[in-house]
Amino acid sequence: MFAEFGYGVLLVGFIVTIYSGVAAVYGVTHKSAALVESARRAQLLTFPLITLSSLILIYLLVNNHYEVAFVYEVTSRSMPTYLKVTAWWGGQAGSLLFWSWLLAVFTSAVTLRKWDRDAEFLPWVIVVSSVTLAFFLGMIVFYENPFTRFWLVNGNVMPSMFSPSAVATVFTPQDGQGLNPLLRHPGMVIHPPMLYLGFVAYVVPFAFAIAALVTGRTDDRWTRITRRWSLWAWLFLSFGIVLGGRWAYDVLGWGGYWGWDPVEIASFMPWLTGTAFLHSVMIQEKRGMLKQWNMILIILTYALVIFGTFLTRSGVLSSVHSFANSPIGPFFMGFVTLTLVTSVALLIWRWPLLQSETEMKSMLSREALFLLNNLLFMGILVVCFWGVIYPLISELFTGQKVTVGPPYYERATGPLFAGLLFLMAIAPLSAWGHSTIQTLGRALWKSFALAAVVTILLTFTYTQNIYALVGFFLVTLVLSATLYEFWRGTRARQKSQKENFFTALTSLMGRNRRRYGGYIIHISMALMAIGILGIELFQKETQGTLGQGESLNIANYTVTYRELASWNSPGEGVNYTRSVVDIYENGIYLGQLAPRIDFYYDAEQNMTIPGQRSTLRDDLYILLLDWQPVSTMGATFKIYVNPLVNWLWIGSLLFLAGIIFAAWPDHDPAEEPARRNAARNSQQTSAAD
Amino acid sequence: MNKFFLGGLLILAAVVYLIASSTQASAEYFMTVDELKEDGDSAYGKSLRLSGAVIGDTIQYDPQTLTLTFEIAHVTGNNKEIEAQGGLAEVLYVAVNDPARQRVTVVYIGVKPDLLRNEAQAIMTGKLGEDGIFYAEELLLKCPTRYEEAVPEQAENG
Repeated sequence: MFAEFGYGVLLVGFIVTIYSGVAAVYGVTHKSAALVESARRAQLLTFPLITLSSLILIYLLVNNHYEVAFVYEVTSRSMPTYLKVTAWWGGQAGSLLFWSWLLAVFTSAVTLRKWDRDAEFLPWVIVVSSVTLAFFLGMIVFYENPFTRFWLVNGNVMPSMFSPSAVATVFTPQDGQGLNPLLRHPGMVIHPPMLYLGFVAYVVPFAFAIAALVTGRTDDRWTRITRRWSLWAWLFLSFGIVLGGRWAYDVLGWGGYWGWDPVEIASFMPWLTGTAFLHSVMIQEKRGMLKQWNMILIILTYALVIFGTFLTRSGVLSSVHSFANSPIGPFFMGFVTLTLVTSVALLIWRWPLLQSETEMKSMLSREALFLLNNLLFMGILVVCFWGVIYPLISELFTGQKVTVGPPYYERATGPLFAGLLFLMAIAPLSAWGHSTIQTLGRALWKSFALAAVVTILLTFTYTQNIYALVGFFLVTLVLSATLYEFWRGTRARQKSQKENFFTALTSLMGRNRRRYGGYIIHISMALMAIGILGIELFQKETQGTLGQGESLNIANYTVTYRELASWNSPGEGVNYTRSVVDIYENGIYLGQLAPRIDFYYDAEQNMTIPGQRSTLRDDLYILLLDWQPVSTMGATFKIYVNPLVNWLWIGSLLFLAGIIFAAWPDHDPAEEPARRNAARNSQQTSAAD
Repeated sequence: MNKFFLGGLLILAAVVYLIASSTQASAEYFMTVDELKEDGDSAYGKSLRLSGAVIGDTIQYDPQTLTLTFEIAHVTGNNKEIEAQGGLAEVLYVAVNDPARQRVTVVYIGVKPDLLRNEAQAIMTGKLGEDGIFYAEELLLKCPTRYEEAVPEQAENG
């Protein structure tokens, strides 16, 4: 009963979405404001409809309705309720519904803004969001229906939405298969939704870009309207990626945080173009340049978002993330192609309108360095894209399937990341329009000197590894140059405003949120780089089987096996095996860790949870691998020492703080003088800016 | 404008060089057991990615030395063929129970993976030794029976 209702609501939602898109096009081409308004209302109606349908699905998930195939696949009786809710996005069909729901949230929010100043964009924004939403809803309604039930026909079970024959009865399995254990973790509650939020939020800037192309209003209005949107989209995407890394480190038990898995790359590629876009859009606002480039970047970002959703969900690539094989692959490729072809056609048509207003003069000007930064991001993108498609290409041309693994990505992107760090240090100190070696040198020589001193000290005390030294040199350069920027700005303000240091600093940052938010992000990137250099270049590992009281040594640490216990928890459907080890550093007792293995009955699968001791210097990371079940006398451990890795997480937190600082809605009436007039006119629209 | 064009060209060249050299340095040839046997000597020492069906009876693990040994049977690497033969689970089942299939012995030093069991698909990177044993450096496993499309067990019994 509920399943049919949920499906029916979804079907209505699909029809309403199509109506909304068609009405918007017809309304704008026939100059009918009423029809456009009707399209707008239809657009708004999709939100309650998809919400209702989703609530019904959640009801079915939470109440063990295993006659519904999707519920059977992703939940089981032993799962706690909160995980049953997260199963909404834990399986294929549900995640598409979740994606659509988020899209409805965003498009509704956009539709509700005040459109007085840019009413001409409205119908086209509706068209773009309707087409996207209709595509996803269509996939759900026709191919990946989460409401499909099991039917018993002559002793055979078959999945179908409606009764496949007159003699069929609904079949309800006793229990579900349960969510993949890897996904049963609080990390699961936020990692995928954050990624999806990031993905979906990029629809809005893309829709405005397309609206700007169609209407020919190609000034920087569309970038101003969507400035906060693209920042928030970037925030969610970044947060999703970082959470995924942390989750992998804490739970997946392979001692790492990033494996250059195709699906990881799928989320990283739109992040790269999105980051390039955030930078280059500033050049358009300040200098009226790179308009064509910004259009290309936002189109690319959106296409990569769809492509990423497709890679995650189609099972086309062998990957730790591909949980399903699905018929929807070709449709996604079709949709990506349609998006690209339409956008590029529009772009070519409007190309002359997107000419730069100024010429680039100096190789060292801020805009030139920003452009260089964009090229490096594109370089990393090409490296990633090539890595993902290389197996397909090699098979096509040589008949031999050849893949590239993490070493490829590390080698090829390493120098490009180094280039980005270097730019991060020097670009903020260069001037718009014109900079010379002399002016840059004057601003930077102290930072260079400091970085050189630090590097020389490290050479004698810490490492002679050339990659590490280059890395630490660049990190010091970024940190000192960026902090110097804070100091320089604050001092100038102190002099002119006669404020104390702290007041000057906070008001300086408060009045230039985007710029200083950006600098905070640069600092966080440098800190993250410290962690990455540490774990990538200096990770140590050892493994061995220990009897009780025996020890393993690694770096300065000694790990002694104490005891092990194994017990069942029938309510949760899990068997826990928990070991206890004593840890010592240079013979001094530090405490105990408890690496463990959780075995999930319904999935017949283990989860290996490491014991961790984190300090700013390094992490001691211990995995329980195996034990002798009869006596529990012996156990096998793998132990990693991950130097500096905590800086990665500290950097991540600061990174998020930086984005939130830059993106937080600004109600300060004292805006930059140049924008004050504009701000007065756009007060009504500022909510959506 | 010329110097910008030149700069862009230099970066492009650098990226192309990085991609080409890194691809060459870290390429892994995807192979099935049959292809490995066919290549014979020419497969020695190459970085390979080999996949096959794990034969449960052959799994041996020495927790003292962390040495894991098992045999894999040939399965096709072609997704369309797998679909045509009734899906991955079916293909693996047939491969393991077909004594005529080519087999390769695999040695892996390290953790015994949670998913290693009969009829799992093993995907390994490593090199073929001159003794004909595949020395795996990395071992990934897939257990297709737990895939989403699996039919409810109760139904299979009833």
